[in-house]
Amino acid sequence: MKLHQEISQSFFISLDAIYANKMRAVLTTLGIIIGVVTVSLMNMAIDGVSNSFIRSISVLGSDTLYIEKNGWLDFQLEWWKRRGRRDITLRQSRKFMELMGNQFLISPYVSHQICTVEYNSEKISGVFMEGAIAESAVINNFEFSQGRFYDNNEVEGERPVCILGNDTVEALFKHESPIGKRVKINGINYEVIGTLKERGTFMGFSMDNVIYLPITRMLNDFARHPNVGISVQIKDLTQVDELTEEIRGAMRRVRQIPPGEPDDFAINKQEVLLNTFNRVSGVIASVGLFITALSLFVGGIGVMNIMFVSVSERTKEIGLRKAIGARRRTILLQFLSESILICLIGGCIGILIACSLSPIVNHYIPASISIKTILFALVIAAFVGVISGYIPAWKAASMNPVDALRKE
Amino acid sequence: MTAETQPLIKIESVYKSYDMGAEIVHALRGINLTITRGEYVAIMGPSGSGKSTLMNILGCLDTPTSGSFILNGKQVSEMDDNELADIRNQEIGFVFQTFNLLPRSTSLRNVELPMIYAGIDAEERRQIAKQALISVGLGERINHKPNELSGGQCQRVAIARALVNNPSILLADEPTGNLDTPTGDEIMLLFDKLHASGRNTIILVTHEEDIAQRARRIVRIRDGLIASDESNIPK
Ligand SMILES: Nc1ncnc2c1ncn2[C@@H]1O[C@H](COP(=O)(O)OP(=O)(O)OP(=O)(O)O)[C@@H](O)[C@H]1O
Ligand SMILES: [Mg+2]
Repeated sequence: MKLHQEISQSFFISLDAIYANKMRAVLTTLGIIIGVVTVSLMNMAIDGVSNSFIRSISVLGSDTLYIEKNGWLDFQLEWWKRRGRRDITLRQSRKFMELMGNQFLISPYVSHQICTVEYNSEKISGVFMEGAIAESAVINNFEFSQGRFYDNNEVEGERPVCILGNDTVEALFKHESPIGKRVKINGINYEVIGTLKERGTFMGFSMDNVIYLPITRMLNDFARHPNVGISVQIKDLTQVDELTEEIRGAMRRVRQIPPGEPDDFAINKQEVLLNTFNRVSGVIASVGLFITALSLFVGGIGVMNIMFVSVSERTKEIGLRKAIGARRRTILLQFLSESILICLIGGCIGILIACSLSPIVNHYIPASISIKTILFALVIAAFVGVISGYIPAWKAASMNPVDALRKE
Repeated sequence: MTAETQPLIKIESVYKSYDMGAEIVHALRGINLTITRGEYVAIMGPSGSGKSTLMNILGCLDTPTSGSFILNGKQVSEMDDNELADIRNQEIGFVFQTFNLLPRSTSLRNVELPMIYAGIDAEERRQIAKQALISVGLGERINHKPNELSGGQCQRVAIARALVNNPSILLADEPTGNLDTPTGDEIMLLFDKLHASGRNTIILVTHEEDIAQRARRIVRIRDGLIASDESNIPK
């Protein structure tokens, strides 16, 4: 008998054997089902989280450093190490720019302040206000739906002009062009000179619910804590380490830190967030993997157990098959395909359950079960089938036909 | 020797012992037997004398502890597992006392089984199996399962199954043991017919003198040895 014949025969024999014990087979696969559900949902969640994270982190730009008072991950630092830090002032940022010359694009920025914006009778609150200088438009790759960014004359002149993010435009200007209109930001008049195209979200925050002002004007009108950050765009990423050192040196001079004292500022990179994210999702993955492995292990033991039962129930049949010419390999394949089939049935049920649960997960994380995940789950299930079916199948295959036939 | 004169089966000083730990059971203690093509042999003997053990060796289900077994000119004791399986498939047809049909398969499927292992394709398989069932008088029962058949009918299915691959030898270990006398006689008529066709070599084990008397040669075994070996003319 050729191998492909053996395999197709085995398949039909197993199908028949499983059909004869439907309930038993389904109950046996419970562990496999749980394992497949976990592995599918976990895959889905991790894919979803990392997709949205990677998508949003990419707006930070891998080629830009952000000098701020605190590091992005400083929540890990003890509070007393951060407590005494001085704010970075606009004056310091200017001095820093002087020191660096014009080898990089540099822009100071003030962000994370929430304001209310009004136009005629329309009013929206909770808008993020951000101040910067002209270079920031290049660093952030702004694309304009209308108008332009402010230039540095307007920054130096502290002009009351602003650029609106897409959400803000849609909320305030339903039927007219915003360019040249006056809006009230926390009650102060500004002229709209540009609007941005839609930018999406960053770590759950909309980047379209924003308004950009010249940093000078913003500090004048609103800043209670004039804490400035400085973004520096590096063109040559291969030199990032040396350049970081150079920036550090300049910043220490600006902040007049005596030699030997630690920095009282941080140089943040996208990479750091990425690394942390990878670490966190690694932990999630290992917990999920552990649950998966555990349930597949338990499930596999269950399948192995039922296969031993199946083999011993059918000892006489095995003896007969051998007596009329079944080879060892034929019997092995017959039982192996039975356990693989049982596991695949469990896998399919698991996938169906995972698919029906996916809208719930989708509620929290934008994700869906991909074909890749489904295939992966089925391969895993089949693998468990091979592993747990092998010993019982081997036992069946190596039975002595005379002894097997004699068994009642 | 030509194929015509060469014996089909030649066993010489075959021993079979079972090591039971405390003692060694000697089931066969030096059997010599030669059977030629077309013979009709009955093996008789008291219970425990070693008849089934001998049949299992002849059927390549088991190998002797020592001695030589030449089947069709090939030394069986030197064969590996796969070769033995192929010999059982091609050269041997087995009929058991308890029929040993697959309970959830139809007569047709049961008869097809040896051909599946022979790698014969489905359509041909079905035709041959149908033909074999017709020739044992079960043309009307091809889609019945064993529990829908009488004992005699089950044994006919088993005989059809034993014959589909055109084996050199038909081995039957007490084929009428589970049947009443009239049904047993019907089965024996079938064996007689097979012998009359001249294509089959038949070896059967039986307890009953009546049945043994139908064969052309009667071998009597006692305590693992051949006690007598005589030709017989059926009445
Ligand atoms: N697998 C085995 N293990 C141990 N002893 C065995 C085994 N098979 C057979 N025997 C022993 O070998 C001897 C011959 O057994 P065998 O089955 O050949 O007898 P038999 O002539 O067929 O008897 P019966 O007419 O009752 O079927 C017996 O004593 C039996 O106990
Ligand atoms: Mg016996």
